[in-house]
Amino acid sequence: MTHILLRHRDIPDLDKLAVYEKQGGFKALKKVVTGMRPEAVTQLVMDSGLRGRGGAGFPTGRKWMFVDKNNWPHYVVVNADESEPGTFKDREILESNPLQFLEGVAIAAFAVEAHTAYIYLRGEFWPIAAELDKRIAAMEKAGYLGKRVFGTDYTLKVHTHLGAGAYICGEETALLESLEGKRGQPRIRPPFPPVSGLYGKPTVVNNVETLTNLPPIINNGADWYKSLGTADTVGVKIFCLSGRVRKPGNYELPFGITFRELIYEHGGGIIDGVPIKAIMAAGASSALILADDQTLDTPLDYGSVHRLGAELGSASVIVLDETVRLDWLIDKTMTFFKHESCGKCTPCRDGSFWMKHLTERIRDGNGSAEDVKLLDSVARQMQGKCLCALGEFSTQAVVSSIEKFPGDFGIKRKVSAS
Amino acid sequence: MTDRVTLTIDGKQVTVPAGMLVVDAAKKVAVHIPIFCYHPKLGSAAMCRQCLVEVGRPIIDHATGHPELEDGFPRIQFSAKLETACTTLVSEGMVVLTQSERARKGQKEVLEFLLTSHPLDCPICDKGGECPLQNLTMAHGPGKSRFLFDEKHHAEKQVPLGELIFLDRERCIQCGRCVRFQENVAGEPVIGFYQRGRSMDIVSFSEPGFDSVFSGNTTDICPVGALTTADFRFGARPWELMAAASICSQCAVGCNTTLNTRREARSDGQIVVKRVMPRQNEQVNELWICDKGRFAGYHYTERDDRLLKPQVRRDDKFRSVSWDAAFLQAAEKLQDAEKPVFLVSGRLSNEDLFNLLQLADGLGAETLLYTNMGGGDLTGMVGLTSGSNLADLGLGDVILVVASDLQEEAPLWWLRIKQAAERGAMLIVVNPRETKLEKHADYVVRYAYGDEIKTIQDMNKATHKIHKVFAKAANAVIFYGSEGLGLEGSSGLAGACTSLLVDTGHYARPNNGLVGVWQRANDQGAWELGFRPVKDLQVIFDKSEVVYIVGADPVGDGAVRLKKRKPFMIVQELLSTDTVGHADLVLPARAFTEREGTYTSGERRVQRFYQAVPPRGESRPDYEIVAEIAARLDTALEREPGLVMDQLAEHIPAFGGISYLKVSEVVEQWPVINRSELFYGGAVYENTQGLGMQLRPAPVTSFPVSKGKGGLRPKEGLLLAVPVNKLYDQGLTVLSAPLLRERIGELKVCMNPDEADRLGFENGARLRIGLNGNNAKALLVVDPTVPSGILLVPRSMGLPIFEAGMPVLSKVRKKVTG
Repeated sequence: MTHILLRHRDIPDLDKLAVYEKQGGFKALKKVVTGMRPEAVTQLVMDSGLRGRGGAGFPTGRKWMFVDKNNWPHYVVVNADESEPGTFKDREILESNPLQFLEGVAIAAFAVEAHTAYIYLRGEFWPIAAELDKRIAAMEKAGYLGKRVFGTDYTLKVHTHLGAGAYICGEETALLESLEGKRGQPRIRPPFPPVSGLYGKPTVVNNVETLTNLPPIINNGADWYKSLGTADTVGVKIFCLSGRVRKPGNYELPFGITFRELIYEHGGGIIDGVPIKAIMAAGASSALILADDQTLDTPLDYGSVHRLGAELGSASVIVLDETVRLDWLIDKTMTFFKHESCGKCTPCRDGSFWMKHLTERIRDGNGSAEDVKLLDSVARQMQGKCLCALGEFSTQAVVSSIEKFPGDFGIKRKVSAS
Repeated sequence: MTDRVTLTIDGKQVTVPAGMLVVDAAKKVAVHIPIFCYHPKLGSAAMCRQCLVEVGRPIIDHATGHPELEDGFPRIQFSAKLETACTTLVSEGMVVLTQSERARKGQKEVLEFLLTSHPLDCPICDKGGECPLQNLTMAHGPGKSRFLFDEKHHAEKQVPLGELIFLDRERCIQCGRCVRFQENVAGEPVIGFYQRGRSMDIVSFSEPGFDSVFSGNTTDICPVGALTTADFRFGARPWELMAAASICSQCAVGCNTTLNTRREARSDGQIVVKRVMPRQNEQVNELWICDKGRFAGYHYTERDDRLLKPQVRRDDKFRSVSWDAAFLQAAEKLQDAEKPVFLVSGRLSNEDLFNLLQLADGLGAETLLYTNMGGGDLTGMVGLTSGSNLADLGLGDVILVVASDLQEEAPLWWLRIKQAAERGAMLIVVNPRETKLEKHADYVVRYAYGDEIKTIQDMNKATHKIHKVFAKAANAVIFYGSEGLGLEGSSGLAGACTSLLVDTGHYARPNNGLVGVWQRANDQGAWELGFRPVKDLQVIFDKSEVVYIVGADPVGDGAVRLKKRKPFMIVQELLSTDTVGHADLVLPARAFTEREGTYTSGERRVQRFYQAVPPRGESRPDYEIVAEIAARLDTALEREPGLVMDQLAEHIPAFGGISYLKVSEVVEQWPVINRSELFYGGAVYENTQGLGMQLRPAPVTSFPVSKGKGGLRPKEGLLLAVPVNKLYDQGLTVLSAPLLRERIGELKVCMNPDEADRLGFENGARLRIGLNGNNAKALLVVDPTVPSGILLVPRSMGLPIFEAGMPVLSKVRKKVTG
C-alpha cells in the first residue's frame, strides 16, 4: 500500500528538498498561501474530520476555530515531545519525512494567522532538531518559509526548542510553561491555549503526526480524507506496535482495522506463539484490555476502543502475552509515573508515590490481599482530582489490571469498586 | 445585572461581584472551604486540590435562554467531577455544596494523600497549635492512616534558606504559597521549586540566602510547619502565647502588629515578647510586615543596658535616686533656667509629645524636634487626609517618589506603591541612583546629587510632561525622602513637591498629598504638634543652661559635641546611650511594649498600641514622667493616655475628632482573616483593636514659598560623600536584634568603578574615611549604579553624616608583623 504519512518508505531520499519538491512537495502550501483565505483552510480541515493524533483526538479544525481573533499575535506550537512509553511515530516522521511535517506546520500557521511557530522536541531528539534547523533554513532560502512565503506578504518563522527531559511537558500547558522558560508544570484550564496560550496569546498546540496529515488533505480534499478510516474516526493512523509481537514497529493503516489484523497480520503474531493476554492501546497511560476474540475483532477507532473500557489515545499498542504478569507490569508503569509526576498537585504527587510502594510490595510477593485492595482504592481515590491528565492516566493500568486480571494479584474474585 | 451574581452555597444565598471565585464567595457567608495553596492575596494555583466541592449550574433552555424549571425551581445540573473552589468562578444560579457526602469524601481523600508524606511531628513543630494542616486534619481527615509509616518520604529537617528562615523539607506540602508570595507580592523571586514529583523542594537562589526584606511573611502563610523563622523556632508553643495589639516602631509606615508574649522560666519568670506578627490593616500593611519590623521589632526594649532607675550625677558618678527626688530636681532645674530647651524625637508617642508641649508652654521653654529631615510643616498641610488608602490608587492616578530608596526606608510603602503601579497607577521614580522601585516605574528621572529641588521645580513648569501628567491625574501622591539631603535640602525638596501638588490641585482631599519618608515612627506626629528642628543643634548646646532630652541621642549620633561648659542635661531614655552617659539627671522611660500610646504614621494615620509586657525596673511612661514634673510646677497634666489624647484633640486642630474610642474602631476587612481557622489567610492576626484614624485636612490658604537649596553638588575631580538610608543599620533599635547582625554588616561605602580606578582603590579595599571631623573605617564596594563623583555613605553605620560633605579617603595599611 502507498503511505500517506510514512511516504519515505515508498520514496527514497524524501527528506531531500529536491526529491520532496519533485514528489509534489509544497504544492499544498503554495495552494494555501497563494490562493486560500485562512478561514477556508480551517474549514477544509474541519470538513476533513481530522482529529488530533497526540492522544486526545480533538477535532483539529475546531481547535483552530477557537483561536481568539481579538488577541494578537497568534502562535503555533508543535508538540514533538513524544514521551509516552510505546510511542515512536513522531520520531520516524521527523527523521525521515520532515519536509511534509514542516509543510504541515506552515499550513497550520497560515490557517490560524500565526507568524511564529515553535517546535518543542523532547531533549533526546537533539540530533533531529539540528537536522530540522537545517531544513528550516533551506526552506527559507527556497521561499517556503521565512519572509514572503511564495512571494506573498505572509511571513512565518519556525523555531525548534528542546525540552529537558520531563514527560509532563507533553501535556500542552506544561509544554507552554517550559517553552516560556518556566518549570514544566500544567496550567489551570480554562483558559485553553487557543484563548490564552504561549505568553498569554492565542496558541494552537498540535502533534507532529496531526500536522503531517495536512499537505495530503489540502492536495486531495476533505472528501478524499473522509473516505479513509471509519465513520467514527476518519483517516489514517500510525500505529506504534510493541510488546510481545514478532515484528514491532510503526504501521500506517486506516482507522478501523482490527486488533487481530494489526497484531497477527502486520505484527507477525506473538513471539513463540504464546497466547495473547492483554493489550494496552495507548502506551503506559492505557487501561488494560482483556485480549479475547471479541477484543481482537474490534476495529481500531476512538469509539470502538472506548467501548472496550479503554482509549485509543496515540495508538501505541503494547501487546502482552501470557508470560507477562500484570503485577510486574503495573509496577513498571508506576515506576514511570511516580518518576514523571511533576509534583504540582497533591493526588498525583503523593498518590503515585504511595501506589509505587504498594505495587513494589505486591510485585515482590510481600503484598497481602489487603494491599491489593488498598492499591485499587488509592488509585480510584486519585481519579477525578488531579490537575492534569497525567495523574489520571497513572491509575488506568492499575485499576484495570486488578479488575480484569485478579488472578495476577492472587485474588480469585473481582475486587469490588471502591 | 451582569456585574453581580447570586448563588447558593450550602443553602446560604449570596450576591457577589461577577468574576469572584467560589472559595471567596463562600467566605462571604462564613462557609470555610478548606484550602492550602490558595490564598486571597496570592490567587489560584490549583495545586493542593483540597478545596474540592460539588458545583451545580442551572440547565439553560436554549430556546428561551432561561433556566429550565422543575416545580418552579431551576433544574440544577451537578458536574460529574468535584470542582476546585479556588479556580471555579461564580455564576448566576450556581449551587455549591461543600459539605455533601461527595464533597466531604473528596476533601478527606486529598487530606489523606497529604498526610502520607507528612512527618506528623506536631509535638515538636513550631506550627503546632496554629497549623492549618493540623486543624483541617481534625475537621476533615481520617483518624487512622492506611499508609505504612515506614514507607514515608524522608527529607532534611533543618535547611536554612538563609539565616532568617528555616525549611523543614519533610513538613512541606508543596503548596507554593511562599514561592508565589515572593514572586507576585514581594516581587523578589529569590526562592523557587527544585526537582519534581515527591522530590520537589523549595530552594533559595540568592546570595545571601532568601535575600528579601519580606521573607518572614512566608512563615505566616505557610500552611504547615515547613517554614519557620530563626527568631521564633523552638521558642514557644503558640497556645502558650498571649497577644497584644501593637504598632511597629521601626519606621513611619506604622504597620499594625501583634506582639505574642508569654511568661517563661528562661526569662526568670518574666513575661517577655516571643515574636512579632502582622495584624491585618488593609489600609496600612494588609497582612504583611517587613523583616526589620519582625526581627528587630522589640529586641531593643529587652537590652541589658535598659535604664531601670532614676539617676543623678554626683561627683561625676551616677547615683540612683527616688522618682520623687528626680521629679523635684527636674522641676527645679527647668524652672530655674532662663530658657530651657526641650529636645524630643519622633520615637515618642503623640501623648508624650503633647504633655511635653504643655510643660514647655508653661515654662516658656524652646521645643525642638531631633531630626535631620525637614518638610513636616508641609506634610501637615498637604499630607494625606482621612479617607486615604494607597490600595485605592490605580489607573488614572500618579505616584511620584523622590530622593528615597523606598525599599530600604519603608518596605511596606514600597510594596504598596509597587502594587498600585501594577493596578495601573503611573509611577515616577526620581532619584540620583538606581533603586529597586525603578523596575516597576513608568518613568525614571535621574538627577545629579544637589539638583533635587531644581529637578522637581522644573517638573512643575506647565509645559513639562510630568506637570501635565499631574494635571490630568485623578489622584496624585508624592513620597519624598532625604537621600543625599540634610535638613535644609529636604525642607526645600518638600517645598518644591508641595508646589507641584498645589499647582495641580492634589491636596486636601483623600488619596492626594505629600508623604515624608521619615526615619521614626512618630516624626509626622511631632511635626503636627508643632515641634520643629533647628539647623545648628551645637549652638543650642553651647548656649543653653538646661536641656531636657527625650528619646534622642545627639551625642552618640555625633550631632553635638559636648564641650567643657555644657548645659545641665536631663535625659529621658530607654537605653544607656552616649547622651545618657553625659547626663546630669537620667529618667528611665518605658518602652512602647510596656505602655499604651499612639503614633501618627507618615500617612497621617493615628494608630494605637497597647501594653504587651510589664515594665522593666522602675521605668515610667514618658507622658507620665512629664505630668509628674509638671505637677511639681503646679501644672496639672493628664496621666492617662486616653485622656491626654482627648486634650490633644481639643488643642490641635488636625487631631479634631480623634479619640481612643475612634482609633480603636474596626470594620470588616476583605479578605476576612480569622485566627480560628487559619488556613485562609495564614497565621496573621485579625484586627480587633483598631484600624486607626487619619488626621483632618488642614485648612490652608497659603503655602510658604520653597526657598531651600539642595544638597552640595559633586565637583569635577572631587569626591562628594552623600548620606543614604539603609533598612538594616547600626542604630540601637536594629543592632539589638541578634538575628540581623549579618544583614547589617559593617560600614560599606560605594563608588563608581571609574572613580575607584581614578583614586586607585579596588573593590573590597579597606578605607579610612574622614568626614566633617569624624573618622571611620569602611569597606569599599565598587558599584556601577553609583553616579561618578559620589561616595555613598549609609546613615547610622558608624560615620556620622547629616549632610553631604567632602570626605578624605586613605587606604588602611595592613600591619606587617614578623
